[in-house]
Amino acid sequence: MIMNSAQRALDQLRSTRVWKSIFRRGPARTNRTRSLAVFGNLFLHVLPVKVRDKSLRVRATYYLGSFSFFLFLLLSVTGILLMLYYHPAVPQAYRDMKDLRFVVSNGVFLRNLHRFGAEAMVIAVFWHMFHVFYRGGYKPPHQFNWVVGVGLLLITLFLSYTGYLLPWDQLAFWAITVGTNIISYVPLLGQPMRFLLLGGHQIGENALLRFYVLHVVILPLAAVMLIAIHLWRVQKDGGLTVKEDHEREK
Amino acid sequence: MSEKNRYEAGFGSDAQKEPRRIVFITKKTSAKVKGEVGRQVMSYPQLILREAIAFEILTIVLVVIALLWDAPLEQLANPLLTPNPAKAPWYFLGLQELLHYFPPIVAGVLIPGLVVVALVFIPYFNVNIQGEPLWANHPRRRLNLFLGCIVVLLVFFGIYHAWTVIIPTVVISGLALTAYVPAAGRGRFLEFLGSRPLSWWVMTWFITVAIILTIVGTFFRGPGWSWVWPWR
Repeated sequence: MIMNSAQRALDQLRSTRVWKSIFRRGPARTNRTRSLAVFGNLFLHVLPVKVRDKSLRVRATYYLGSFSFFLFLLLSVTGILLMLYYHPAVPQAYRDMKDLRFVVSNGVFLRNLHRFGAEAMVIAVFWHMFHVFYRGGYKPPHQFNWVVGVGLLLITLFLSYTGYLLPWDQLAFWAITVGTNIISYVPLLGQPMRFLLLGGHQIGENALLRFYVLHVVILPLAAVMLIAIHLWRVQKDGGLTVKEDHEREK
Repeated sequence: MSEKNRYEAGFGSDAQKEPRRIVFITKKTSAKVKGEVGRQVMSYPQLILREAIAFEILTIVLVVIALLWDAPLEQLANPLLTPNPAKAPWYFLGLQELLHYFPPIVAGVLIPGLVVVALVFIPYFNVNIQGEPLWANHPRRRLNLFLGCIVVLLVFFGIYHAWTVIIPTVVISGLALTAYVPAAGRGRFLEFLGSRPLSWWVMTWFITVAIILTIVGTFFRGPGWSWVWPWR
């Protein structure tokens, strides 16, 4: 009874001129308006209008790609909130961590969400890639989307790595020291690359600032671009790879 | 597909009617619809709804974790006070474990570089696209090649005493060899192993080694990268 009247109220709202002026359609009652809901929406139009019902099964994907994407969204939101309390300077960055703990309301919770979300995203992206491999999702016509995915994996790792330095505690400093020392083993280009990344020969204020800019501007922008291509190519390449029932039994 | 198609079909730019599907049947090919599309459903609401549920589950799980545990925070960074051991983020600890065994140019540059290149090139090796089992064709020749590769790998790892690489390599190649004997009637697990293609074995070996190296680097390495038991 309540559901019915709520449904009716929603339908009435969706039939108003204002609603239609925003969403360019009425209630999604017919397949035509359901299609419009997808390709008439800037954010949804990278998705296919129709999907194979087999590809919706949990066992088909475990929604690992979705989880990777949603973690990226959550990390963007919590990251922007953290930026309000953070200064990429030595030693203010560390003091900001202390402030998050003792001064800012729910500051610890916010940092926990961002930190654990980041670890979860690394796991989700790796798992997604391996799962796609075992399902043969890289096979034609999906070759290029696999390559885009490898790019996204590298960006994810680099995002996590640049974020690792930002708290400016012992853990951050020495983890980044170990990592950037590896770069200097690259023949010829190693030292210049390390200098470019750190803005000096040692990890200091310049390195913190560079990692910060990489972490909050350059890498997220690159990730957004590649994610858009990645999702759009799923549609353009004819949907997800779905194993037929007789193949699964093998 | 190898021979060049001798026919060409096209539509005039002034085509107004519904395009028709034309099928040319040439030698060595048969007219066949490539793969059934299967039943389809509308993305809105079927896909969107499921994605929304996935998002909610994810958010709830992450919030619970963030309420139960706190993110680590140590003392203020001090360049003069080196912790022993200094560890990279956990996903690079496999690499750090390799650095312990191999010269830096191999472990720090060559291996990760090769891994990235290999990952990029996976879809462009159009061999065995049907996923034939490893020992399906020319089993004798492949066995020799396989054993040759394993011996070379093990000698290379052995020179550097890289035990945490050698052990998973021996285990995985041993499993691949058990699949060499025809598996019919030997239980579901062995039949499953017997049906796996080479790409499956390579990837499984890579993932196993990566996971073991990461776990060892995270939990089993103490001062001076010496072996420690995490429960002691």
